[in-house]
Amino acid sequence: MAEQMTEKVLGGSFVIADPDYRTIVTPDELTEEQRMIAETTADFVEGDVLPVDEELEKLDYELTVKLMKQAGELGLLGADVPEAYDGLGLDKVSSTLISERLAKASSFALSIGAHVGIGTLPIVYFGSAEQKKKYLPSLATGAKIAAYCLTEPSSGSDALGAKATARLSEDGKHYVLNGTKQFITNAGFADVFIVYAKVDGKEFSTFIVERTMEGVSVGPEEKKMGIKGSSTRPLILEDVKVPVENLLWEVGKGHLIAFNILNIGRFKLAVGCLGGAKEAIQLSSRYANERTQFGKPIASFPLIGAKLAEMNVRTYVLESMVYRTAGLMDTGLGGIDHDSPEAGKQSAKAIAEYALECSINKVFGSETLDFVADEGVQIHGGYGFIQEYKIERIYRDSRINRIFEGTNEINRLLIPGTLIKRAMKGELPLMQKAQALQAELLQLVPGQTFEGTLEEETHLLAMAKKIFLMAGGAAVQKFQLKLEQEQEVLSHLADMMIQIYALESALLRTKKRIDKLGEEKAGLAVAMTRVFAQEAFEKIESLARETLAAVDTGDMLRTQLSVLKKLTRRTPVNTVELRRQIAARVIQSETYVC
Amino acid sequence: MNVYVVLKQTFDTEEKVVLQDGRVSEEGVKFVINPYDEYAVEEAIRIKEAAGGTVTVVSVGPERTAEALRTALAMGADEAVLIADDRIPADEYALSRVLAAFFADQAYDVVLGGNFSVDNGAGQVAVRLAELLGIPHVSSVTKLELSGGEAAVQRDAEGDLETLAVRLPALFTAQQGLNEPRYPSLPGIMKAKKKPFRQLTLDDLSVTPEQIAARTARAELFLPAPRQAGRVLEGELPAQAAQLVQLLRTQSNVL
Repeated sequence: MAEQMTEKVLGGSFVIADPDYRTIVTPDELTEEQRMIAETTADFVEGDVLPVDEELEKLDYELTVKLMKQAGELGLLGADVPEAYDGLGLDKVSSTLISERLAKASSFALSIGAHVGIGTLPIVYFGSAEQKKKYLPSLATGAKIAAYCLTEPSSGSDALGAKATARLSEDGKHYVLNGTKQFITNAGFADVFIVYAKVDGKEFSTFIVERTMEGVSVGPEEKKMGIKGSSTRPLILEDVKVPVENLLWEVGKGHLIAFNILNIGRFKLAVGCLGGAKEAIQLSSRYANERTQFGKPIASFPLIGAKLAEMNVRTYVLESMVYRTAGLMDTGLGGIDHDSPEAGKQSAKAIAEYALECSINKVFGSETLDFVADEGVQIHGGYGFIQEYKIERIYRDSRINRIFEGTNEINRLLIPGTLIKRAMKGELPLMQKAQALQAELLQLVPGQTFEGTLEEETHLLAMAKKIFLMAGGAAVQKFQLKLEQEQEVLSHLADMMIQIYALESALLRTKKRIDKLGEEKAGLAVAMTRVFAQEAFEKIESLARETLAAVDTGDMLRTQLSVLKKLTRRTPVNTVELRRQIAARVIQSETYVC
Repeated sequence: MNVYVVLKQTFDTEEKVVLQDGRVSEEGVKFVINPYDEYAVEEAIRIKEAAGGTVTVVSVGPERTAEALRTALAMGADEAVLIADDRIPADEYALSRVLAAFFADQAYDVVLGGNFSVDNGAGQVAVRLAELLGIPHVSSVTKLELSGGEAAVQRDAEGDLETLAVRLPALFTAQQGLNEPRYPSLPGIMKAKKKPFRQLTLDDLSVTPEQIAARTARAELFLPAPRQAGRVLEGELPAQAAQLVQLLRTQSNVL
C-alpha cells in the first residue's frame, strides 16, 4: 500500500487539490498481516476482555493491569514503538486496525488507548536514546503503564495556562516539580506520567515522572458519567525531584510535544469512535430484527430502516476518512529515523503536517459516534434506557469524546486557523486559488447533466470546494487579522472543511472500490456516497449562506448569494429510496456493511 | 521431535452458507483454520515448546489456503507446505493419497490433524493417511503425553473416555478439550512471513491424476429446509400419542 503514496500530500491541501483516488489509503486493501493483526485483536477482546466486562466496568485496577500485560504479550501495546525498543514499529494502518478492534472493550480500550497513545508516544517521538531505552521496552510489553498529564483544574482548553512549575535544583541535578494535574486517565495504576510544567513558571516543558518518586500522589477517583471502567484521578506533585535526564526534549518545547501528541490522540480518538459506531450498528440491527411490534420485526418499518441506513452511511464515511488519514500519517512518520538527534524535530514536523486532518477526524468521529449511539438507543426504545443493554453504555461513553483531547469547539477553531496560517506562510497556495476563483465565479456556470456513476457527486464536491473558498475568502477579506475573534464564522468554515474532507474521503474510496470490485459489488458504497453527498452539500450550502450573511451586506451580499445559487444548482436525489436500499443490507447482515 | 500437522481451511463457523449456481458461494466469506485442526496446531506447538524439534503444517487446498497456513506459522509453527493443484479432486481418498505421497520422504514422529472438518465433516483424511503410512492412529484425542517414543493418550469415545498407549510414530486427531489454542501474537504474525513456505503440485510429488481419481461423487447439493415453527398437539394424551405417530409417519418420514 505504501508504494502507492509516491507524492507527499500537503496537510490541508484537500480544500484546493483534486486528489486521484488511486493515491489514497482505504481499509479495503489490507495486507494479510494487517488482517491477521486485526483478527488477533478482535479475538483477544472477544476471548479475554468481554468475559470480564462486568468486573472491568466496576473499575477493577488489578484486572485492568493484568489484561494490559496480556495485551502486551500479544504485541498489542507495541505497534507504535520502534523495533529497536522491543516494539513492532508497525505502520499507522496496522495500529489503526488495533485501536478500532479494541473499541468494543469499552473502558478497557480507553485505558490501553491512553497508555499506547498519549502516554507512550511522547517518549517514542521526543525521547532521547537513553529515555527510549529506559522506558519504551517496558511500556511496549505492558510491564509499565503510562499516563498523560496536561490538564489542570484551572486550565483545560487553555493548556498553556498551566500552573504546575519546575525549578532546577541548585546542584543542577533535578527539576523540582509542584502542581496538580486533573482528569488523568490511568492515574490509579500508571507507573510513568508524562507531565507538563513551566520551568521557573515560564517555559512550558515536559517531564517523565515516575510514580515511585517522592512527592508523587494521586487524588480520589472521579465519579464519571461514562467510561466508568477507566481510572480518572488527579495527580498531585509536591516538591517532586525529577532527575534532569527525565526532561523530555528541551526546556520550552512542551507546547510542541503537547500539541503534536494531541494531534495523534485526536486521530486515535476518531478510530475508537469508528469501532464504537460499528458495534452500535451491530447491536441495533440485531435488536431491530428481534424486536417485534404490531406483529412484525421493527426492522421492517421504514423509519427504523432509515435510521440504520444513516448510521451505516456515516460510519462508512468515518471509516473512509480515518484510513485515508492513517495513510497520510504513514507517509510523514514512516521516514523518521528514531535514532537521530533530530528525531524530535522531524516528528513534530511530520505530525503537525496533518494537524488539521487530525482535528477533522476528531470532530467528525466523535459526532458520528454520538449520532449513531443516540439513534441506537432510539431503536432500542425503552430497553435502550436500561443498563442491561450495551447500547446504553455506548451512549454514555460516547459523550466524553466531544470533550477530551481538545473540545470540538477548540478543534473547530483550529481547523480553519491552521489552514489560514499555512496559507500565510506560503505552504499552501490558498490565496491564489481563491483569487483565481473570483474571476471564474463571475462567469456563467453552464447547466450540467450527469450520466456516469458518481459523476454528479464528483461535481458536488468540486462545487463544495469552490463554495468554501468563496465564503472563506470573503471572511478573510472582511475580518482580516480579526477573523480569530469571529468564532462563529470560523466554526462554520471548519464545518465546511469537515464535510468536504468527509465527502471526498468517501468518494475517493468508493471510486477505488468500483475499480477493484466492479460497479455491481460496489453498489452499496455508491449508494452511501450518494446519500452522504446530498447531506454534506446541503450543510455546506446553508453554512455558506449564513457565513456570507455574517460577512457582507447589501449589494455585495446579494451578488455573493447569487453566485452561491449558481454553485448550488442541482436536482435533488431520492435519498429516501437510497436509504431503503442501504437499510435492507444492514438488516440482512445485522452488522455494519459496505 | 518432528511434528507435522495436516490442516484444512474452512468457512468461519459464523458464516452463513449461500448456494449460488449449484455451488457454495465463497464470496465475501471469512475463512479460518478448521477449528479442530487449530487444536492440532496448538498441540504441535506445545510439543515443540516442551521437547524441541520443528512443527510443519501441511495442507491440500486452493491458493487461499496459504492464509490459514500462515496463521499457523504466526501461532508458532516453523514451516508450511501447501499442495495446490486444480487436478486434485475434493475427495477423501484422493486427498489422503496426495498427503501420503508427500509424507513418503518426510521424517515424522507425530502427525496431528483435526477430528473432522466443520464443512464436509467426513473425518476421514487423517485416519486414511495413517493407514497409508502404515502407522497407528488415535482419533478424537483429548489428552496427549509423549515420552520415550511412546504416547499416553486419552480419547473421547462417543462420550466415554478411553486411555491408550501408542508407539511413535503415530497419528492423532484432535478433539475439543485437548487445549485452548493461542492467538497469533503480533510478533508471531510479523515473523510468519519470513518462515519457509513451500508450494507443491502433483508433479512435484510424482502423483498422476489417474492415481487419485475420486472415489466419491456428489449427487446433489441443497440447504436444509428452513426450520418450521413447532406444533403443540392437543387433546387427551392417548390421542396425542396416536397423532404423533401418525405425523412421524406421514410428515417427517422418520418412521
